[in-house]
Amino acid sequence: MEKYDYEIVIGLEVHVELKTKTKIFCACSNSFGAEPNTNVCPVCSGFPGMLPVLNQQVVDYAIRAGLALNCEISPYSKFDRKNYFYPDLPKAYQISQFDLPICLNGYLDIYVEGRTKRIGIVRAHMEEDAGKLVHQGSITQTAFSLVDLNRSGVPLLEIVSQPDMRSAAEAREYLEKLRSTMLFAGVSDCKMQEGSLRCDANVSVRPWGEAKLGTRTEIKNLNSFRALEKAIEYEARRQMDALDDGELIVQETRTWDEEKQVTRSMRSKEEAHDYRYFPEPDLPPLMISPEWVESIAREMPELPHQAQQRLMDEYGLPPYDVAILTSTPEYLAYFDQCVVDFSQPKAVANWMMGELNKYLNQSNMEISACLVQPGHLAALLKMVDEGTISGKMAKDIFAEMFASGNEPQGIVKEKGLAQISDQDTLIAMIEEVLKANPKVVEDYLGGKQKAAGFLVGQVMKATKGQANPTLVNQLIDKCLSAQ
Amino acid sequence: MQLCDLTIHQLKTRLEKKEITSEEILDSCLGRIKEVEPDVRAFITLLEDNARNSARLVDKQGNYRGLSGIPYGLKDIFCTRGVLTTCASRILENFVPNYDATVAGRLIEAGGIMVGKLNMDEFAMGSSTEQSAFFPTHNPWDHSRVPGGSSGGSAAAVAAGEIPFSLGTDTGGSIRQPASYCGVVGLKPTYGRVSRWGVIAYASSLDQVGVFTRDVADCALVLQTIAGHDPLDSTSIDIAVPDYAESLQNDIKGLKIAYPREYFQQGVNDEVKSAVVQALKTYDSLGAVIDEVSLPHSEYALPAYYLVATAEASANLARYDGVRYGLRDFSAENVVDMFSQSRALGFGSDVKRRIMLGTYALSSGYYDAYYLKALKVRRLLKNDFDRVFEDFDVIAAPTAPTVAFKLGEQTGDPLTLYMNDILTVPINMAGLPGMSIPCGFAGGMPVGMQLIGKPFDEGTIIKAAYAFEQATSFHLARPGLGVK
Repeated sequence: MEKYDYEIVIGLEVHVELKTKTKIFCACSNSFGAEPNTNVCPVCSGFPGMLPVLNQQVVDYAIRAGLALNCEISPYSKFDRKNYFYPDLPKAYQISQFDLPICLNGYLDIYVEGRTKRIGIVRAHMEEDAGKLVHQGSITQTAFSLVDLNRSGVPLLEIVSQPDMRSAAEAREYLEKLRSTMLFAGVSDCKMQEGSLRCDANVSVRPWGEAKLGTRTEIKNLNSFRALEKAIEYEARRQMDALDDGELIVQETRTWDEEKQVTRSMRSKEEAHDYRYFPEPDLPPLMISPEWVESIAREMPELPHQAQQRLMDEYGLPPYDVAILTSTPEYLAYFDQCVVDFSQPKAVANWMMGELNKYLNQSNMEISACLVQPGHLAALLKMVDEGTISGKMAKDIFAEMFASGNEPQGIVKEKGLAQISDQDTLIAMIEEVLKANPKVVEDYLGGKQKAAGFLVGQVMKATKGQANPTLVNQLIDKCLSAQ
Repeated sequence: MQLCDLTIHQLKTRLEKKEITSEEILDSCLGRIKEVEPDVRAFITLLEDNARNSARLVDKQGNYRGLSGIPYGLKDIFCTRGVLTTCASRILENFVPNYDATVAGRLIEAGGIMVGKLNMDEFAMGSSTEQSAFFPTHNPWDHSRVPGGSSGGSAAAVAAGEIPFSLGTDTGGSIRQPASYCGVVGLKPTYGRVSRWGVIAYASSLDQVGVFTRDVADCALVLQTIAGHDPLDSTSIDIAVPDYAESLQNDIKGLKIAYPREYFQQGVNDEVKSAVVQALKTYDSLGAVIDEVSLPHSEYALPAYYLVATAEASANLARYDGVRYGLRDFSAENVVDMFSQSRALGFGSDVKRRIMLGTYALSSGYYDAYYLKALKVRRLLKNDFDRVFEDFDVIAAPTAPTVAFKLGEQTGDPLTLYMNDILTVPINMAGLPGMSIPCGFAGGMPVGMQLIGKPFDEGTIIKAAYAFEQATSFHLARPGLGVK
């Protein structure tokens, strides 16, 4: 990475969709991918006279998320109206939390460049999502737009970090950690493509050693981890170049142009909305008792940092492996299940990070969709361990398992792939090979150790590669020394 | 006397004895409606066929319980399934909800016969029903005068004998003031006593559903039907609803009634004042204990109200953007123009004025000085009342400073018009129950007395009102109507 004269300062605002059964203020289903305007009712469509009723599961999830982010849970919080006009916002205000959010003062520890760094979390608050517009072509060219309100009223948790990150890599790592923490807490799917995880980045730069923060810009439209990194790198560079040229940074909102790989100005501070926040009169303040928080804490699933500690303590796995194995709860569960059936954690980790990931990436698949059962992978590794098959064979068999979902024993049997480890069979074959190659045997006995390799190769050839090579080596030694 | 002039409890007795049928009551009401509507104009929508079908069904079943077979009307602010609900605004001129407000549903369940939807000031903003986008309603006692507002249609229809009861809403006096102007009983229950679900919002923290009837016993009966917790309204309170029939008793000996000195100043008309003073003497003679008190922050109630109410209204009315329902200006070239042109065409001038006021009060840099300060005033007003209620059971005062004024008299002068609410607004700000009952006449027009109670103590004001009614005959007076 380039060495700059400036320090980059980054804070992230992350929206996480909470995967509750129903929406935050009505009984409509909270599910992704339904036909437009099928998960709607008069409440989430902003019809006259409709009133919000807070979904208790949203509060449960917000508390759970807050605890997972090491936040304090406010005993008293309230909802506010954030006012602005947009066709996808049916009431023309969003019910959000302004000055008294549910979660305060948390942190996440991230692991970057071989050390742990703590990123502060200012707050996390509940709010409702807006619907979405479907344009006919691009937004500027469209003759009309359609409004889909399925997403209107989907519960969100907005998590605001401190400006504690100092590089695009740190920002990415924080977002990854935040994602895995929300996944492990079981409160969100966190799918960036589906919009259940969204991120805006506040970026500023300042000369090294300067205590005061520089003027920041907010970057929107970051639809992938890669976009986050690229946009921050671009924006920081842009600001540094501007400062080098003696220009001032303008506080503004910018959008990431994925195609051109640049950030572009959306609106300046002067053009920023005045949201005219005021307390939501249709909802009473939210009181959360210590007992409520305790009951959520008791049911908290294992979180990534706890799982990481467990894998290091119990299995002695290195931090690199541990970070990958705990990327999602499903991935970790797969690992844990494999280890139950085959108690060599490092071998399991290697296979998952190697072959399994290779195929998952190739087919752009989540582990939850993978046809290979953890028990089958364990069985495969066991066969390698017992010498029934070679490592090379295991890879071929795994390819078949990944495609069909069949268990390895069946594949081995069906294709007659099992190694020949029967000593009598092998000795008979070896003796034939020795008989057919008297010259080589002579060389060997004359001190040419390398000659044994040729003999092993001949045995392997004769068995179409199915002979157990280690055993063949030993037996050839034995046979020759007997001569 | 015709059936349409009788009270609910009178009609119920005769229905239960099978002396009359629901359809006969309805016929009488429809007959009166035909006679007086050209002059009174209380209804925006009349549902003659629906009402007749419902009445026949009730008669067929022959089980007269609750409000079975009793005709009623709803202010056009209540959403009614399959029935036009306009809020007296152009912007909702063609709006037909597919849901019933909780209270509308409760009246249907109780067997009531919905006759139609009643006129009002647009979005409940106004004190004369002249601010209806469609037409003004006239006072049945004098057609040249307003019925009050915003629930003017609801008050006028009950006063004119068109229907025995109606529902309205009260944000700053919109039930009590028209009840006073039209000589009927009007109750605004405690904030949280009755569900607001399905009631088109003006100012959410102040709006409350209430009742217009011809006497106190009817008021208790209808309140009984609509009161109670609604899980769909998070601001409705989950506490038991008492049996209000038990409050219908004459004995009020020892009841402590306070009259606040501030409510007898502030430009209150002398004849109105003396009618209420006379009413206090009646209470004295009935054995109640009467004393003067002070509600020192009263003078700040009106300005604070106009900040809170308009701020909330600016958000509540923002949803009328032409996107999903209601009026849309199809000539707009882009979405921003569509918003602003639809709203410019759809809202009347006072609605626009209040949206502007509220938007301004909430704007960055003004919030603390206006909205936040108004909330603090609200707390002080509440404290004033709490202090008085430590020693008293009921507060009595005039409902409005004057009797009904002439149509056109106050249009174009919003400040004077806003002063009509000066004696009712503090009660909304404090969230208390208030009732207006007829207590006399001034220049031939009815005068109302306001009885204010402790939170959720509607029972005590019903008791005080009933005792007064039993001792007087003001509630029996009916407007001339110029009908035979």
